[in-house]
Amino acid sequence: MEFNLDLNTTWFILIGLLLTGYAILDGFDLGIGTLHLLVKDDLERRIMLNSIGPVWDGNEVWLVTGGGALFAAFPEVYATVFSGFYNAFILLLFMLIFRAVAIEFRSKKPMRWWRQTWDFAFSIASFLIAFLMGVALGNIISGIPIGPDKEFTGTFLQMLNPYTILIGITTIALFMMHGAIYGVLKTEGELQNRLKGWVNNTIIFFVICYVTATMSTLIYFPHMADHFKEFPLLFILALINMLAIANIPREIHFGREMRAFFSSAAAIACLLALFAVGIFPNLVLSNPNPEMSLNIYNSASSTRTLTVMLIIAGIGVPFVLAYTISIYWIFRGKVKLNNMSY
Amino acid sequence: MDVEILARLQFAFTIAFHYFYPPLSIGLGIFMVITEGLYLKTKDKFYEQLTKFWVKIFALTFAMGVASGIVMEFEFGTNWATYSRFVGDVFGSALAAEGIFAFFLESGFLAILVFGWDKVKPKMHFFSTLMVSLGSMFSAVWIVVANSWMQTPAGFHLNGEGINTRAEITDFWAMVFNPSSVDRLLHTLSGCWLAGAFLVISVGAFYIIKERHLRYAKSSIKIALVIALCASLFQLFTGHQSAVGVSKNQPAKLAAMEAVFSDQENAPLYLFGWVDEKGQEVNFGLAIPSLLSFLIGMDSETRITGLNSIPPQDRPPVNIVFQAYHFMVAIGFALILISLLGLFYWWKGNLFNQKWLMWIFVLSVLLPQIANQLGWITAEVGRQPWIVYGLMKTSDGLSKAVEEGQVWFSMILFTFIYLILFVLFIYLLDSKIKLGPEDAEIIKSEIGHSK
Ligand code: HDD
Ligand code: HEM
Ligand code: HEM
Repeated sequence: MEFNLDLNTTWFILIGLLLTGYAILDGFDLGIGTLHLLVKDDLERRIMLNSIGPVWDGNEVWLVTGGGALFAAFPEVYATVFSGFYNAFILLLFMLIFRAVAIEFRSKKPMRWWRQTWDFAFSIASFLIAFLMGVALGNIISGIPIGPDKEFTGTFLQMLNPYTILIGITTIALFMMHGAIYGVLKTEGELQNRLKGWVNNTIIFFVICYVTATMSTLIYFPHMADHFKEFPLLFILALINMLAIANIPREIHFGREMRAFFSSAAAIACLLALFAVGIFPNLVLSNPNPEMSLNIYNSASSTRTLTVMLIIAGIGVPFVLAYTISIYWIFRGKVKLNNMSY
Repeated sequence: MDVEILARLQFAFTIAFHYFYPPLSIGLGIFMVITEGLYLKTKDKFYEQLTKFWVKIFALTFAMGVASGIVMEFEFGTNWATYSRFVGDVFGSALAAEGIFAFFLESGFLAILVFGWDKVKPKMHFFSTLMVSLGSMFSAVWIVVANSWMQTPAGFHLNGEGINTRAEITDFWAMVFNPSSVDRLLHTLSGCWLAGAFLVISVGAFYIIKERHLRYAKSSIKIALVIALCASLFQLFTGHQSAVGVSKNQPAKLAAMEAVFSDQENAPLYLFGWVDEKGQEVNFGLAIPSLLSFLIGMDSETRITGLNSIPPQDRPPVNIVFQAYHFMVAIGFALILISLLGLFYWWKGNLFNQKWLMWIFVLSVLLPQIANQLGWITAEVGRQPWIVYGLMKTSDGLSKAVEEGQVWFSMILFTFIYLILFVLFIYLLDSKIKLGPEDAEIIKSEIGHSK
């Protein structure tokens, strides 16, 4: 197939970038959430929470904006996916609600039961969010039944099959690894040492999941490899991905935490790029009846909207990047608790 | 109950819940900008302490606003898929713009506002407070623009046929500045400032009654009273503008707001009443002759369109709209009165001795919140049966893939979770307020011990 960088493709890439930004940024704070219960004492839990304190909300905005951008650029996808995956998304929304309030509420009261309840909510929500997002990606890869009116015609349980569950677990593993590395970056002393141990364990966990997931994708959904056969150069992505992951334990070993973090961010970016190349130009594959698939042409907004949105993005994104980077710069370094902390 | 009713109830419930928090954030934002500005100007630590206290309350309402806002962002897709397909082209861009221009700004600088006191210089911190406040108002801008476009669509054309018809942008600025957006935006924003100002007034008056934190309380109340007076007068003015706009763009809504059944000149304005929709009359009402015509056209001969000139299937429910509207207006006048009373006694120099007024202040926090909800009920129920005015009916906007059971499931869970969260929110707010601004130092020393 031919590739040309028209408006629709540009928006495919831009939404991909938004979701990548989301996965890299919220990925680590979800990861911190998945590790939260493993930390036993209250002070350490507060350190964990405050390591993401100033940034988690900004990270989540990537998701919100991604949702808005999808609505604007590919309304048919927004409509089909969210109404089709109704139960899954409602569950996801509940988890997002609980997570947000758990972070805010937890340290407001000293009672043990209070803090433990919110710790639990925070952690479970982080797990489920990661899992459900993985399941959603899995469904996009495997395809979902779509009718001629672009409506989803399947059921909730169809969406939970061994393959999508596997992708869900892989996502959890990925975020756990990413979060553990971020934790190493933000903590010191004994907690940091333990987190270093978890980095190693989660890498192993992730690599196992990743290999299994890749193999099952190639076996059951070979269409994901089509573009790679056409353009073998794209294999570089897979290569960088492997190198980035392999690099993480090395950097941790030498105490270069920042580099370890960037490696794992690069790994996430490559994974999503592989996914994007695999599905392009479809956004939601229809299975059976691939001709019903929603692709970047039959589900897009008018050219005018796409243009207007491009201008909006052009004006807004530099600002967004500027203050995202400043915030991370201002809050660099190890966590210190004070009277405004969680 | 069918999917339609459930989806509408769910939307109404979730948005009403969301709309409890943003007005507080937007209103407190302005207040914090002022107090921190005073700190920069006077270098008096007192103002810093005062700002820090309100920042904590702000952070709490903000978190609730975020948690409930995310639901809204995706609810168009989950419950109103057909509508989303129809308007995505136009409406989606406003939502995306909100993310890019407002939420990033707000959440980014919020980090500095809450956690950055000793990380950046005071000037930079003040700048962050300003940006958070601006960011929160920008979210109102884009979302009200999106909503106003649904009320008074402009700058678009229809493309396609049958189920594939959709609205597409032809003129972005005409869409943004559609006939109702400016009026409604100003009115909504000042409703938010009122919500913030009266929260501050209420908490301050509570301290006065309890004779605690007196300096904080007095200074907070004075600043907030000034905001309250300006905003409540502005509210009357912009509300009037909105009503005139409604009479032009959505005559059926105006007719419902004032229960006008037949076309008439010299239309009366009811102060209150109970509408009998079948009998087409207003019972137990008190009306001022010709006032409605006069207010709309500055001339009592102005002709007001009645509901009977509108096809029966296109009429909104009348009594709900009538009551919501009248209570909102009543509250508007009450707020002006309360602000004036406060300023009067302040001017006389014995504001804080008026125990009865302090009690009114304490309770006044509820009024703007109620008025805000009633305003939206007027606006949204008054545009029924249209989801996009004149273009798409609410009943045609539903998701086709969603079944009754699913909406029940989400509805029950939302109700349950939101109720719990609301109770906890009030509980935490209450304990923050009881702790008060001066005790912030105590918490600091507690940190060392909390293991
Ligand atoms: C503190 C809150 C508050 C107060 C005191 C008032 N309003 Fe209001 N009103 C709102 C908060 C609000 C709102 C929540 O912001 C609404 C809902 C939708 C909108 O645009 O603004 C609204 C809507 C709204 C509408 C419908 C706009 C539309 O459907 O497009 C009208 C005609 C008025 N208002 C008029 C008034 C008048 C004449 C008031 C007398 C003082 C008044 N409001 C007080
Ligand atoms: C259906 C309509 C609405 C949608 C889809 C929506 C969406 C959202 C979302 C996704 C957030 C979270 C942003 C974050 O993560 O930082 C949010 C928060 C917020 N929303 Fe809404 N919203 C709606 C209605 C409104 C209205 C009517 C207003 C104000 C007039 C408003 C003002 C705000 C503000 C100020 C915040 C920041 C959080 C806070 O201050 O409490 N929203 N909204
Ligand atoms: C924040 C304050 C708001 C409140 C309290 C509010 C209230 C309501 C209510 C009571 C309904 C139900 C009306 C009915 O079905 O009879 C409704 C419906 C709806 N509103 Fe709002 N609304 C708000 C803001 C918004 C905004 C900002 C938007 C869009 C940007 C919006 C879009 C809708 C939609 C799509 C529906 C469902 C369809 C319908 O019933 O017309 N609302 N809202």
